[in-house]
Amino acid sequence: MNPQAIIDGLISGSTIGLGAIGLTLTYSILRFANFTHGDFLAWGAYLTLTVAGVLGGLAAGLGAPVYPFSFGWGLPLAVLGGVALTVALALGLDRILFGRLRARGADTIIIVMASFGASMALRSLLEFIFTAKPAYFTKALQIANPLGLGMRATPDQLLVIGLTLLLVLVLHLVVTRSATGRAMRAVSENPALAGVYGIDVGKVVRVTWIIGAGMACIAGVMAGLLVQIRPYMGFDLLLPLFAAAILGGIGSIPGAMLGGLIIGLAEAFAVQIVGAEWRAAVSFVILVLVLMLRPQGIFGQRGA
Amino acid sequence: MTALALTGLHAGYDRDLPIVKGVSFTVQRGEAVCILGPNGAGKSTMIKAIAGLVPCFGGEVRLDGTDITGLASHVLVGKGMGFVPQMENIFTRLTILENLQIAAQLLPKQDRAGRIDAMFDMFPDLGSRPRELAGALSGGQRQMLAAARALLTEPRVLMLDEPSAGLSPKLVGQVFDTLRRISETGVTLVLVEQNVRAALGLTERALVLVDGQLAHDGPADALHDGRLLGELFLGHRTAEAGS
Repeated sequence: MNPQAIIDGLISGSTIGLGAIGLTLTYSILRFANFTHGDFLAWGAYLTLTVAGVLGGLAAGLGAPVYPFSFGWGLPLAVLGGVALTVALALGLDRILFGRLRARGADTIIIVMASFGASMALRSLLEFIFTAKPAYFTKALQIANPLGLGMRATPDQLLVIGLTLLLVLVLHLVVTRSATGRAMRAVSENPALAGVYGIDVGKVVRVTWIIGAGMACIAGVMAGLLVQIRPYMGFDLLLPLFAAAILGGIGSIPGAMLGGLIIGLAEAFAVQIVGAEWRAAVSFVILVLVLMLRPQGIFGQRGA
Repeated sequence: MTALALTGLHAGYDRDLPIVKGVSFTVQRGEAVCILGPNGAGKSTMIKAIAGLVPCFGGEVRLDGTDITGLASHVLVGKGMGFVPQMENIFTRLTILENLQIAAQLLPKQDRAGRIDAMFDMFPDLGSRPRELAGALSGGQRQMLAAARALLTEPRVLMLDEPSAGLSPKLVGQVFDTLRRISETGVTLVLVEQNVRAALGLTERALVLVDGQLAHDGPADALHDGRLLGELFLGHRTAEAGS
């Protein structure tokens, strides 16, 4: 077996894990499976591409690649704008759709169906605005450097893995050590009691959208940087995202990351063992096995 | 001075089927009042409506003269209202310290650590293991933590919904001893309770709620022999509010 599968798995697992963090937070705090989360990844990538285009138009030098990466300073700056716009999209969607349904006391299944409909609308809107033709952050070619043991990776790929680990560490510290994190965990356990404790649940909900949409945007940019940007890129990642969130345990940030890495590695090894056509089935098989054998996931608590 | 005043409060989960039907009473500052009544009388619904957890359809609730009708529960905490729900009144997946830290967020930063230490002094069982998960506490200790959390922000009115529910007689004694100490500090106590004997032993005044309406409002002593209470619970006597 080619050990390159390990690096391939870690790279795709990083994107899946980062995307799954937002999904798991939304699931645990707002208590519904948010199908629009995949589209936040795609919208994040397209919005960042748009901001990068605007910045490139303002200062051509920002697009020149910075060694050893394939992109220039324009992309990190554009990510800041992309994150802000994706967060605005998520908060706007909550205000006009999910928040209204919550206020009416709608059943979870109604909110899930609403998210499914909104997901289709967001995807179609992306295709309408940007067309289905793939887009790229950069067309510069990169040489994969040897890492030892027969594995190779490009600087962009190593950056994606490193940045993911850094973001997960920071988010984990925020959730476990800060007042905001304590409030999020409290709302996740019992929203009504959180109000009695003096927590503004609405504020916690907004923070959850901000973190979730921000991470989705960065995951989308990573996927777009390493492969390509397509309107369906988020939808295609939805099953791995759900599998990673459930495998790691709903509400657990390290769990979502670990789940993402396991899904990514399983997909990469499946490609080598049974063929690339079975790649998409891996997430589904893992999801079914976890739900049957350990529904609370790796870090989740039974009954949570 | 009046700490809490209800005027014609209507509340419940469905506007067409209110559970609390036009209840009026006042509680003076520093007073301890228990609310009794048969199952389904609307005691918990009323106290939750005051605490901002159940919709109010009519009437008015005032805290120290300020209209607080229908305000969200987190807003009421900041206005000096403490509430301890009957069940699930602590965060079991957070540590004891984290439970208190959340409540302490409402205080000025320089006061937080001092107030948490004060609660640990008041409840030594909690202070001896602050980093233990609250889910590992016994039923009585959970009620202590719930009370400590509510007291931490120094509420002017503390409302408790059946603090003895599900506890052994020994633990009920401990919980009521704690409530007595709290009452002695001058905090206004409003207590919904099924354990009539324990509640009447703690409070000076008792209200009896029957079918969502106030059936009795008078000194706790008047209900000690049980005959009047039995008649009220069975509906043989009504409309004695204010007697």
